[in-house]
Amino acid sequence: MRTADPIASLRAIYPRERILTRPAELAAYESDALTAFRARPLAVVLPQTQEEVIETVRWCARERVPFVARGSGTSLSGGSLPVPGGIVIALNRLNRILRVDPEARIAVVEPGVPNLEVSRAAAPYGLYYAPDPSSQGVCTIGGNVAFNSGGAHCLKYGMTANHVLGIKAVLADGEVVQMGGESPEGVGPDLVGIFVGSEGLFGIALEITLRLVPRPEAYRTVMAAYPSLEAAGEAVARIVAAGLLPGALEIMDRLAIEAAEAAVGAGYPRDAAAILIVELEGEAAEVESELAHLLEVIRASGATEVRLARDESERQRIWKGRKGAFSAVGRLSPDYIVQDGVVPRTRLGEALAEIERLSRKYGLRVANVFHAGDGNLHPLILYDGRTPGELERAEHLAGEILHLCVRLGGSITGEHGVGMEKRAYLPEMFGKTDLEAMRRLRRAMDPLEIANRGKMFPPEEVRPELAGVRP
Amino acid sequence: MSAYTVRDVLRPKTIGEVQEIVRAHRYIFPRGAGTKTALVSPPPEATVLDLSGLAGIVEYDPAEFTFTALGGTPVREIERVLAAHGQELPFDPPLAAAGATLGGVVACGLSGPGRYRYGGVRDFILGVRFVDGLGDLVRGGGRVVKNAAGFDFPKLMVGSLGRLGVLVELAFKVFPAPKSHATVRVAFARLDEALEVLLRLLTSPFDLCSLDLEPPNVLWVRIGGLPESLDARLHRLLAFLDGHAEVVQGAEERSVWERVREFGWVPAAWALVKVPITPRRISELEERLSGLGAVRRYSAGGAVAWVACPGDPQALDGILTELGLSGLRVLGPPGPPILGAWIGGAFGRRVKQALDPDGRFGPLPWEP
Repeated sequence: MRTADPIASLRAIYPRERILTRPAELAAYESDALTAFRARPLAVVLPQTQEEVIETVRWCARERVPFVARGSGTSLSGGSLPVPGGIVIALNRLNRILRVDPEARIAVVEPGVPNLEVSRAAAPYGLYYAPDPSSQGVCTIGGNVAFNSGGAHCLKYGMTANHVLGIKAVLADGEVVQMGGESPEGVGPDLVGIFVGSEGLFGIALEITLRLVPRPEAYRTVMAAYPSLEAAGEAVARIVAAGLLPGALEIMDRLAIEAAEAAVGAGYPRDAAAILIVELEGEAAEVESELAHLLEVIRASGATEVRLARDESERQRIWKGRKGAFSAVGRLSPDYIVQDGVVPRTRLGEALAEIERLSRKYGLRVANVFHAGDGNLHPLILYDGRTPGELERAEHLAGEILHLCVRLGGSITGEHGVGMEKRAYLPEMFGKTDLEAMRRLRRAMDPLEIANRGKMFPPEEVRPELAGVRP
Repeated sequence: MSAYTVRDVLRPKTIGEVQEIVRAHRYIFPRGAGTKTALVSPPPEATVLDLSGLAGIVEYDPAEFTFTALGGTPVREIERVLAAHGQELPFDPPLAAAGATLGGVVACGLSGPGRYRYGGVRDFILGVRFVDGLGDLVRGGGRVVKNAAGFDFPKLMVGSLGRLGVLVELAFKVFPAPKSHATVRVAFARLDEALEVLLRLLTSPFDLCSLDLEPPNVLWVRIGGLPESLDARLHRLLAFLDGHAEVVQGAEERSVWERVREFGWVPAAWALVKVPITPRRISELEERLSGLGAVRRYSAGGAVAWVACPGDPQALDGILTELGLSGLRVLGPPGPPILGAWIGGAFGRRVKQALDPDGRFGPLPWEP
């Protein structure tokens, strides 16, 4: 140890109640939504100002102590898992919406603001913040930025990276930097574009300028039931081929339907092997015309039942089942792993059939709830962690699904990020020189590799020059 | 081009050759078709890397709504292939008719009037392969429409002006092209009236493809979609715009936007500068530009100003700096690519250090 008590000098930055060090206080921060991983931090700090965050990062750089920034801890990839013996910088109190400018269609926020709060603040102007992860009620913008979060409506308007215009951040060595601005257009390299999705490996975003978009005038939400998962997948291909561009195209399989029904009673047909949710959005006249085309395509696609939401409450009911599907599946099983792989949209049917085969091979149930329009799968692998060997089986099955996605030309993650969970799989997508370039970039931002150490990159031997760095 | 005197111009045919050239030369200046005239004059000591030989569509599956093409592929060639399947790049890559390459559009970070609806080049790029300053071939992103694995190199390359790497291969998503379009031209008495309507349109429920302001007082509004609802939408838009409007349709309508996208409104031999802005600041910029004899056009709902001036646009530098705005030279005489204020220097230098530590691709664009 370099100093006798590192916590003593950290305490100088915070009042007693905002620096947590007792085991009971730390317990809540030992893992995020990926509960299979746990680690005990040295301390958790609760900054309320940007200055406190900057001071803390500088302290970490000076003391060579790793830190992990954390919002609400909803990461499904273990992105906010503490580094053992490191500091957790919990940003929920850094949650001011600094400005909403309806004319520029922007909101400037701090990282601890929950996703949905941005839309609430923008609502009086007829605007909203488009990316909508299922956890949007609690997940924070800082976390969304770090992991380039998606949601059910990425098809038309993209992911978080497509909605961030400017960032003020503190890099891991304590330098405060600015990038981007208030316009969706820029000049010079798109620095904001590379910061978003950097998984906390560059530093911490302190202030984020978000793009707002006008609320669609009309939504038309259709739920169609299919006798097989493949038939639902085929319907997606037909809808896309018809030149329609829905706001959302989602599929749930039998197990997910059953779970959602038991949990929230969304009114899904329980006898269906799969349901497809399609949402059209836009100008009322255009949406009505699109709806006619959509219903034609769906009728020809072998749907056994088609339901059109008649009003906003029926629409919300359809979405309630979908958005609550992960936690609903949690009721079917003590534990589950969510995968987030992507396949080319034309290979969806193939991928789903293979997942079904793998599910049988491993003797584990797999529920499928996914963003079909993007080819973004979300297989939920159900297991019981108390049964010896079952977690390992589940992890193997998950790994095979990731291999499958890469083999089909897709990605190991569509929106959850690599984090802790998939870091061993990153080399399947990227070669040695690709990863080398990414590492060089990381080290240019964080020479000591203290920011979210251990995430995204595959584990490698310790660099000799970092060997003395705690912990 | 007059910019080329006696110097090395190398025209690689393969990605491997690009890597060899980068490794063998001290200072590399990548160049596509040279349509962005202000940005294609190499410094005297640089070796020009002409990427026109590295062209062609590598992969295109219409059902997938994505394509992959080599960096030197002309945008027009890609658009022709897409159009045959009813698809498009909705952001109207500028200077396509003039011969712009896909790599050039990305490197210059330019989007046309259609970027209003669904976003610009940064929002449609999915993947990149580039040769970095060490001569290594680096891949980032992927070929699928949604991907959060690894650092987002594709976005970083948008606007990088060849200073971070040589763009050899790019993957994009595409969208179905609207089956019909209509455009409304509406003139107001004064700039502030036109601006007020523009601001109202920005938060209105109208789904517009393009929304341009031609100073002092004309708005150009484009809608697109299914033919059966187009008339109803058009009438509603006309009612909103309140009267003094003129509707343009058919071939004439297409040529209106083609001209915008090709900068056909910029007088020959003038300079053109791109200035990202927000609608509220337009009147301020208009005021400051009044003495310069510049011709302006505000595109993408007032998110970008295109400023054309008769002489060297260096005169803009001071004005933009004072207003806290930045600009990019696109057409006209060469000079420092970025004018005015620029934020991001500290972060950008670190990026440069990581990808081009020896400065083989020249200094960063804001450090001429």
